[in-house]
Amino acid sequence: MKTKDIGVAYLVEKFAFFMLLVSTLIIVVPVILITIIIIQNGIGGLTWEFLTENPRLGMRAGGIFPAIIGTIYLVLGTMLFALPVGILAAIYLSEYAKDNWLTRLIDMTIVNLAGVPSVVYGLFGLGLFVTFLQFGASILAGSLTLGIMSLPVIITASREAIGSVPQSFREASLALGATQWQTVRRVVLPNALPGIITGTILALSRAAGETAPILFTVAAFYLPRLPQTIFDQCMALPYHLYVISTQVPNIKPEIQYGTALVLIMMVMVMNVTAVLIRAQFRKRKQW
Amino acid sequence: MNSSRPLRNQVLEFIIEKAIFLAGTASILFVALIFIFLLKEGLSLFRTVSPVQFIFGANWYPISDPPQFGTVPLVLGSLLVTLGAILIAVPLGVSSAIYIAEIAPAWLREILKGTVEFLAAIPSIVLGFIGLVTLVPLVKAIFQIPTGLTAMSGSIMLAFMAMPTIVSIMEDALTAVPKSYREGALALGSTRWQMIWRVLLPAASSGILAAVMLGIGRVIGETMAVMMITGNAARIPTSILLPVRTMTATIAAEMGEAVQGSDHYFALFAIGIQLFIVTFIINLVAGFFIKRKKK
Repeated sequence: MKTKDIGVAYLVEKFAFFMLLVSTLIIVVPVILITIIIIQNGIGGLTWEFLTENPRLGMRAGGIFPAIIGTIYLVLGTMLFALPVGILAAIYLSEYAKDNWLTRLIDMTIVNLAGVPSVVYGLFGLGLFVTFLQFGASILAGSLTLGIMSLPVIITASREAIGSVPQSFREASLALGATQWQTVRRVVLPNALPGIITGTILALSRAAGETAPILFTVAAFYLPRLPQTIFDQCMALPYHLYVISTQVPNIKPEIQYGTALVLIMMVMVMNVTAVLIRAQFRKRKQW
Repeated sequence: MNSSRPLRNQVLEFIIEKAIFLAGTASILFVALIFIFLLKEGLSLFRTVSPVQFIFGANWYPISDPPQFGTVPLVLGSLLVTLGAILIAVPLGVSSAIYIAEIAPAWLREILKGTVEFLAAIPSIVLGFIGLVTLVPLVKAIFQIPTGLTAMSGSIMLAFMAMPTIVSIMEDALTAVPKSYREGALALGSTRWQMIWRVLLPAASSGILAAVMLGIGRVIGETMAVMMITGNAARIPTSILLPVRTMTATIAAEMGEAVQGSDHYFALFAIGIQLFIVTFIINLVAGFFIKRKKK
């Protein structure tokens, strides 16, 4: 190759790398801008009253307390349903399932569940829980809908965590005379727990921010009190943000940005917790 | 050994193993239930409206008299917004995946990865809100149009929602290319860019296709942000600078007003069936590419 060609090749490389950097910046810079915009406009609205009071004057004043509590209830409800089912399903798939058509079918349905649009989950929840099982628009119906939506993430993460426990651990336990379930309970699960928790928190943070699945199954437009039973409707942060940014005219921007900031902070606290648990565990891991 | 174990334990273990099996097969049950309930409500529409009219009808006037339930404008709206989003998101997503995985120094890589993960974690309703207050006025001002609530605003917004998916899958695909490929190319005297362009990208092509498919799946199902930003005019789109209405936004916007058991209510479920089938196919194809990548 002539020296000139090599020079050209390096110029091309310089140009290409520069374009790749520009592409990356086009993605990253707006994210930073969005964060700054929300914090700058929302931080002023974050008073103690905003976090602990009911909305007043058709949501134009007061706080977002019922929406915060509603979202917390929904996250807890989602966890109560999805965590046990998810962990047991992951145990089945990684410890009990054989490599046959049934397992392949389960794999396919998990991928499919993960891809179903969130609004279709909303329709499904409306058809099954709200109407057919007559739960009405309620925390129960909303939690079950969000729970089924969260299952694929929890199953996949738990399965990965269980799969990363070394085979020798199981063999040692079985050789000592433990049954398969005893091995799973005493040896596999404790070692897989941090991974399972991490995956679950990530799935729940997704659920906390979802709007479409709760639209027809639980979310109340304006309900300035706390729900009493799981058969009550409740307000929820994402839906509340939707309502005050599109349905309520003449609302103060700091209420909108403040709500967005609270929702983002909630989701981020969950995400950071998950990441910290994972990092802590990686440090401790002996294998 | 077994006989020395108390009977209670054996019964317990039996019950637990059955529970594990049930939970393991639950996802089959849920997919079946979703499909059954969509069909149960959605197919009721076709007692009064012909499927041909539903699929090929050009007018969506659900509350006029007589109502018309043609979904062509909605399907085209979804396709237009999705196509726009993918055209933006794929080149940008693939490029930044290459930058993050191959070029960025280690310290920058962690920051960039963290930022992309952060973007993935932002709830879509928040992105919709931010799009509404920043992007929509911007589009309006730049193109001098009466409203910034357009298909293009929706595409740009959705592109940002698809990028984290595309970047992370693409990154995985690049990291999965064996080290010997890189070393081989470099040893033959190619520059790093030639190595990336002629060796890495072809080797990771299945990953690119998987990323594109999953990106489409993510975008076509997105609801809230699209509903807030695209203007929701249910007519056949003629320009990307006009308002459009997607399938998802139609369901979300109209379900609150549709009387339960009315044709309108059933029609929204029928749109749900369309969406379910489309995403099902997209996921099958994506799964196929991901499997091929692993080989």
